[in-house]
Amino acid sequence: MNFLFNLRVLFLLILALAVWALLPWSAVLALAMVFAGWMLLSRRGQQAASVTGVGISTLRQRLGSSSVVVIGIAGVVGVLVALLAMGEGYTETLSKTGSADTAIVMRGGSASEVSSVLNRDGIVVIEQATGIARDKQGKPLTSGEIVVAANLPVKGGAADDEGSVQVRGVGEQAWVLRPNAKIIAGRTFQPGMRELVVGQGAQRQFIGLQPGHEVKLGTQTWKVVGVFASGDAYDSEIWGDESVVADTYRRGSSRTSVFVKLTDAKALDTFKAALAGDPRLQVDVDTTLNYFSKQSEGMSIVMRRMGLTVGTIMAIGAIFGALNTMFAAVAVRAREIATLRAIGFRGVPVVVAVMLETMLLALIGGLVGGLLAWLIFNGFTASTLAAGTTGQLAFTFKVTPQLLWEGLKWALAIGFVGGLFPALRAARLPVTTALREL
Amino acid sequence: MKYFHLIWAALFRRKTRTFLTLVSITAAFLLFGMLDAVRISFDQAGKSANGAQRLQTGSKLSFIQPLPQGLGEKIAIVPGVKSVAYANWFGGAYQDPHNQVFTFAVSDNYIDQFPEVQVGDDARKAFTNTRTGILVGENLLQKYHWKVGQQIPLQSNIFPQQNGSKNWTFDIVGVLHPTDQSVAFYGQIILMHWKYFDDGVMKGYNNGQVGWYVIRVKDVSQADQVAKAIDAVSANSDHETRTQTEAAATASWMKQMADIGLIVGSIMGAVFFTLLLLTGNTMMQAVRERTSELAVMKTLGFSDQSVLATVLAESVLMVLIGGLVGIGIAAVLIPLVSASTGGMLNLPTVGADSWALGIGLMLAIGLVVGAIPAWQAMRLNIVDAFAGR
Repeated sequence: MNFLFNLRVLFLLILALAVWALLPWSAVLALAMVFAGWMLLSRRGQQAASVTGVGISTLRQRLGSSSVVVIGIAGVVGVLVALLAMGEGYTETLSKTGSADTAIVMRGGSASEVSSVLNRDGIVVIEQATGIARDKQGKPLTSGEIVVAANLPVKGGAADDEGSVQVRGVGEQAWVLRPNAKIIAGRTFQPGMRELVVGQGAQRQFIGLQPGHEVKLGTQTWKVVGVFASGDAYDSEIWGDESVVADTYRRGSSRTSVFVKLTDAKALDTFKAALAGDPRLQVDVDTTLNYFSKQSEGMSIVMRRMGLTVGTIMAIGAIFGALNTMFAAVAVRAREIATLRAIGFRGVPVVVAVMLETMLLALIGGLVGGLLAWLIFNGFTASTLAAGTTGQLAFTFKVTPQLLWEGLKWALAIGFVGGLFPALRAARLPVTTALREL
Repeated sequence: MKYFHLIWAALFRRKTRTFLTLVSITAAFLLFGMLDAVRISFDQAGKSANGAQRLQTGSKLSFIQPLPQGLGEKIAIVPGVKSVAYANWFGGAYQDPHNQVFTFAVSDNYIDQFPEVQVGDDARKAFTNTRTGILVGENLLQKYHWKVGQQIPLQSNIFPQQNGSKNWTFDIVGVLHPTDQSVAFYGQIILMHWKYFDDGVMKGYNNGQVGWYVIRVKDVSQADQVAKAIDAVSANSDHETRTQTEAAATASWMKQMADIGLIVGSIMGAVFFTLLLLTGNTMMQAVRERTSELAVMKTLGFSDQSVLATVLAESVLMVLIGGLVGIGIAAVLIPLVSASTGGMLNLPTVGADSWALGIGLMLAIGLVVGAIPAWQAMRLNIVDAFAGR
């Protein structure tokens, strides 16, 4: 009988948690309102409120064991939010790169820029296609670019420690095609010269990328003349003149990709159709926005899964910690609760009171954990070798309100489970047994 | 040891509480076991006895820049070099361009540089004799249900053939069986002939170049000098090289992937801090409610030190039980996780190092957690305790 009851509770609990996971914040708010209304207006609710009041007023005497619930849950939420913030920051960096009205053209079937090759004839054909915006002189706004990599010494590493940085050879129009990218120090490179402008992310990661310094790419010496900031994935690149970069890497007149400014976002289809209809070309066309977002897909899933796995295991630990504390709390107050029931309080107010107390502790834990994650990790810089690029991609952790909300939901769920079983025990214990206890 | 049943009885005095605490400890050490496996797999990649004999030579400019094939002959005569093999990145994909399969175009002797990757003698011979032959990693073979003898098409996302098509056809002639964790990667790749690749690829795409060289040295202790000598061969040419031991090269890649040590370290820090408080609270409760029992023990003649020791032993025992179960579960779970990703994620099972580190942590946590309650138990005054003061 008891076993069947527990089984039913467990089943309902899993169902409730599944619903809870899907609930948007508006529904949670509505639920909280309904609940508050019930507590204020119905007789049963008022009873529950007064029992809860008694429980919470004694919290101070149980500070030690109550703080276990708070800190346990704060730990789960903190780690969970921090790990998810890592994935979030990574995804955001890539998905805000590019725009809907610029397109990237690569050779058909290329997974990423670096594995694409376009020859001179092809590029000329692409630049004449319809749908491309033109500047005041009537020149098409396009940039044939070449993506390669360079080994540079990394900051904070051993003397021989070199990291890979993505090098992009760009045309004059590159800055028009990427209005986000602005020179923040020094100047831009001069065409035909071995000069580089470096992204601010790359500058932070590698040694010697200050304006005026010289760096060696292979046997050649290049001069760093400026730093640019764009707030997206380009920040991790270093840029030079396309023909000089192609020369250094012995690529002749071939390029890896062509970036074009479309007349507007709707012109993509026209542009795509124009290229697809040309028998001289075998290319893939996408908006730059789409292209960069897609690059982040695989890695984001991995990061999110890792965060959720670690969060789940920690949550299990925290649930049992909360159960422990609340069973102890209920045991201490067994006589008090039995007395309430003896004088006519029903089971529901008792259950609600214990649950509310646990969830209040969980809420505090969730807030503390979220706050800590935000204080420590928001804006924290990390880097990885991203899929589809040849260099390290720097990104910052992003603790968004959405993630904090997700963390709070976890906290409340842990509190719910941790409070439910002790609450049921308190409400179901026969009054006579409880009164005699201790 | 004679007090063991006493400690055991004290531990399970309140079964529910001990059980709940144990589950928390188990969860913490389960996480420890799994994260430590991740950390170790990053740490130890490329570190093996065979790996120490191998050097990797790539272009100094960047890893995507090719080197001339002729350089191999010059490297081979550098003193201390045992054998030279080379490889190219082919960039294969199966059926769908986004379904990437790591494929290398390699010299005939490439696989001989990796004695820890097992290939049958017949397969080895068949590979040499078949122009279109490929050796396929065992995990990959399973994943796509391929068989030896089967002909498979692969697309290259970089290299078109002479006729412009990017579809290449291959015959599976053998299977690569990695026998060591450090070369587990070879279970997931395809090796094809460099010759077939270079002959077949469209003019202007490869021009007889290779991506990198894999060199075995005669004497491991000379590896660094040999590496320097190899780089000296091409110094001041337009294709300067950078030679590293396999371990150093892999470590550098891993470091660029992610600072795993930092991530694992911070997570475990948060977990163990929480665990300390949680088990600490349990132990405090356990000792508090046993005050009168402890007083009885002292009345019977147990010394202060033995009371201290029993309480400490109790907390250590509790953390040990939970922790061992946790790492045990991790040891069972990790192969399952590796298997479910089809070999993409290849984690080592919990090794002796992890067990040792884990048990060390358990003892430390147990002692820290038990310290205050044990101290209180030791200082307990018999008269006060009975009087309930």
